[in-house]
Amino acid sequence: MSKNIVLKKGLEIPITGEAELRLSKTVSPDIVAVEPTALKGFTLRLLVKEGDKVLAGSPVMADKKNPAILLASPVSGTVQAIVRGEKRKLLAVTVKADDYQEYLKSEPKTDTPEEVKESLLKAGLWPFIVQRPYGIVADPAANPDAIFVSAFSTAPLAADTEFTLGAKVNDIQAAVNALSKIAKVHVGIANANSTFAKIENAEITVFEGKHPAGNVGVQIANVRPILKGDTVWTISLQGLAAIGKYLTKGIYDVRRKVAVVGPAAIETAYIDTLPGAPMSTLAGFYGGNEEGIRIISGDILSGKAVGAEGYLGIFDDTITIIREGTEPELLGWAKPVRWSQFSTDHSYFSWLTPWRKYDMDTNLHGGPRAFVMNDGYYAKVLPMGIFPIYLTKACLAGDIDKMEQFGIYQVLPEDLALCEYIDPSKNNIQEMIAQGIDLMLKEMA
Amino acid sequence: MKKFWHATVDAFETFLRVPGTVARKGAHVRDAIDLKRIMIIAVISVVPAAIFGMWNVGYQHSLAIGDGRLQILANFWYGFLKVLPLYVVAYGVGLIIEFFSAGIRNEEVNEGYLMSGMLIPLIVPVTVPLWMLAVAVAFSVIFVKEVFGGTGMNIWNPALVTRAFLFFSYPSAMSGSQCWISLKAGEEVVDGFTGATPLALDGAAAQYGTGIWDYIIGTIPGSVGETSVIAILLGAAILLWTGVASWKIMLSSVAGALFVGGLANLAGVGIPAWEHLLLGGFAFGTVFMATDPVTSAQTECGKWIYGFLVGAICVTVRLFNPGYAEGMMLAILLGNTFAPLIDHYVVSGAMKRRTKAAMKTA
Repeated sequence: MSKNIVLKKGLEIPITGEAELRLSKTVSPDIVAVEPTALKGFTLRLLVKEGDKVLAGSPVMADKKNPAILLASPVSGTVQAIVRGEKRKLLAVTVKADDYQEYLKSEPKTDTPEEVKESLLKAGLWPFIVQRPYGIVADPAANPDAIFVSAFSTAPLAADTEFTLGAKVNDIQAAVNALSKIAKVHVGIANANSTFAKIENAEITVFEGKHPAGNVGVQIANVRPILKGDTVWTISLQGLAAIGKYLTKGIYDVRRKVAVVGPAAIETAYIDTLPGAPMSTLAGFYGGNEEGIRIISGDILSGKAVGAEGYLGIFDDTITIIREGTEPELLGWAKPVRWSQFSTDHSYFSWLTPWRKYDMDTNLHGGPRAFVMNDGYYAKVLPMGIFPIYLTKACLAGDIDKMEQFGIYQVLPEDLALCEYIDPSKNNIQEMIAQGIDLMLKEMA
Repeated sequence: MKKFWHATVDAFETFLRVPGTVARKGAHVRDAIDLKRIMIIAVISVVPAAIFGMWNVGYQHSLAIGDGRLQILANFWYGFLKVLPLYVVAYGVGLIIEFFSAGIRNEEVNEGYLMSGMLIPLIVPVTVPLWMLAVAVAFSVIFVKEVFGGTGMNIWNPALVTRAFLFFSYPSAMSGSQCWISLKAGEEVVDGFTGATPLALDGAAAQYGTGIWDYIIGTIPGSVGETSVIAILLGAAILLWTGVASWKIMLSSVAGALFVGGLANLAGVGIPAWEHLLLGGFAFGTVFMATDPVTSAQTECGKWIYGFLVGAICVTVRLFNPGYAEGMMLAILLGNTFAPLIDHYVVSGAMKRRTKAAMKTA
C-alpha cells in the first residue's frame, strides 16, 4: 500500500501549447552531440578524436577526477567535431551517425551492489545518477542513504510520463531491482492508478499537488529532508528506462519520446528522438525561422535556451517553443484589467478565471528590484518546509552557516523556479541558489 | 553622466509602458506582477482616507470658526488646497532623492517611495510648516532608506520615521490642540472649540456632540488621513482583496490592542478597550503602516507576533505614558525594530524542529 502525501503549496502556470498525446514522428538525427554541460561537478577528459569510429554506447568522455565515470555516444558513427567554447572549454562532441546503428554489446552483472555500480559505470550510464546535496554526478564510492525517483513531472507543459514511458515499465522495473541493491529506492507517483504504482522493490509514495510536487527534490524534502552529511541519489525516469534496457538487453539505448510544446509551436506532439539531437531536426515544429522565438530544451521554468543550433539536453524530455516578448506593452501594469496576461497575484483578476490558459512569452514584465515582498509571499509556491528568501539571501551573502541552516542541502535551483516566476522584483533566484551551491561545493571540497 | 540620468529616464519610460525586456536567465516566463502594480494598489487603497482627510481639514476649519455645516465641496476644496502643498513637498523632496540615489547606484528607481509619499501628508498635522516637512522627508529618505541600499533594505518604515523626526525635532508643531486645525490669517477660534484630539482628552467628548459615530466617520481633529475609520476600512478591503497587505498583521494588531486595553479596563483604567481601535492613528497605522512588507515580520508565524506587539505597545503607550497621547507611531517603529529578531527565532525554531523530525525518521 502506497503512502499518500498532499502538498497544498504550489502553482500550475496556465500556459497554452500542451502536447497532444500522439507520436508525430521518429527523428533519426544525422548528427548527435554528446554534451557534458548539464552534468555538474564533472571535469572532462576526451577519449576520442575527430574521425574516430564509435558505436552506440562507446565512451566518448571520462571524468578527470574519477576516470571510471564515462559518457557514451548515443549513436554509432564517426566523431565529426570537438566543439569548444571560451578558454577552450569543452562544450560538445558531435558524432555523425551511421545509417545502420550498431550497439556496443555487453553482459551486465547485477548480483551485488558493486557489480551494479561497475556495470553502470562501464555502460556510460553513470552520469544519469545525480547526487544530492548539490546535484552533482554521483560519486561511485558513496553509499547513498536512499535513491529517489519521481515518476511524473508537474512542470508547465511537461511530457506525460504515462505516455512516454508507460510502455517501458518493465525496463524501469529491472533498473529498480538492480539499484535497490545499492540503497532503498523511493518512487514518487502522481496518483494511485499510475502505471508506475505497481513497481516492486521500491517504496511508492503518491504526491498530490500542483507544481513543484513532481520535482524529486520536493518529494525528498517531504519524505525525509536531506541534512548535513546525508547523501541521496536521484535518477530521472528516463534514466531508469535506459538503465533497465541496458541491464536486460545489454545495449546503450537512450531513445526517448520527447514532448514538443509551447504557445509558439506550430504543432505540439511527441517525437521519438535521442538526447543530443540537434534542434534543427525540429524545423517543422517552429517553422524553420528562429527569429523572435526561443527554443528551450526542458520546461519554461528551468530549461535551457539552446536555439536552433543547440541540442536536446541529456536529462530532458520536453522541448518548449515560446515567443520572445520583446514588444513593449503600453500602460501594462497601469491597466485595471490586463486580459491577455496571467498573474497569480490578486492585484490582477486572472485568478478569478482559473480555467483560462494564456499565450505567454519571455517578457520580464518589469525591472529588477531588491526583494520587497516578504518570505511568505514566495513560500506559498514551495512545499518544502524551508524559507525560500532567507535561503536565497544567505546564498547572495555567501554565508555558509546560514545556507546550511536554511536548507541548502535540500534544494537545487529548479526547486525554487516558481519563486523566481512569481517574484515581483524579478530577481534571478535560480541563479542565486546555483551560486550558493557552487560556493558550498568549493568550500566543502 | 549619461549613466546617472539613465535611472530617471528609465523610470518615466517604464511608467508609461512595460518595456520589451526579456528574461535572460532562469525561468523563461515570468508572472505579470511587478512592484509598480503592487505599489499602485497600495497607493489606491489610501485614496479614500486621503479624500476624506481633505474634506475633514475643511470641516474642522468650519467648526473652529463657528460654521458647523457639512458643505461637502467647499470644505473639500479648502482642505485640498491645504493638503496639496504637503503632497508637493513630500513627493518632490522624496522622489528627487530617490532618483538621485538610483542614479548613483546605477539601479532602476524603486517604486516604494510612491507609497511613502502618499502616506506622509496623511500622518502629519495639516498645519505643519512645509520646510519642516521637507527636512523630515529628506532625513528619512536618506538616512532610513538610501544609506541601507534603498527600498527593500530599510529597517524602519520611512513614512513613520518622517513623522518621528518631526515629532521629536519640532514637538510644538506636532502636538497640542492648535496644530490639528488649519485657519486662514486673521481667523479666530470660537468659544468652546478646543481643537484637541479626543485621544488627548482621554476620550472625553471634546467637540460639540463628538461621539462614537464621529470617531467612526472621522469628523474629529487629528492628522490629515487618520481620522476616518470607514475610509481606512475601505482601504483595508482593497489591500486584503489583493493580498498586498497581510491580514494576519492587521488582525493580530487589533487583538494586541484589545488585549492590553481589556486588561487595563479590568483594572479600571482608561477608555473602553474597543475605543482604542477607533481613535488616533491606530486604524491607519494598523492597515497601512504596520503591514509594510519590507519592515514588518517576514515569516507567517512572525507576522502574528509582530502585529500583536504593535497593537499591544500602542495601547500601552497611550495608557501609561502621560507625555504621549498617541502611541501608534512609536509602537510600529518598535515593531519594525524587533521584526528581524522575531523572524530570527521563528526561522531557526522551524528549521530546528524540522531537523529533529528528520533525525527521528532516519
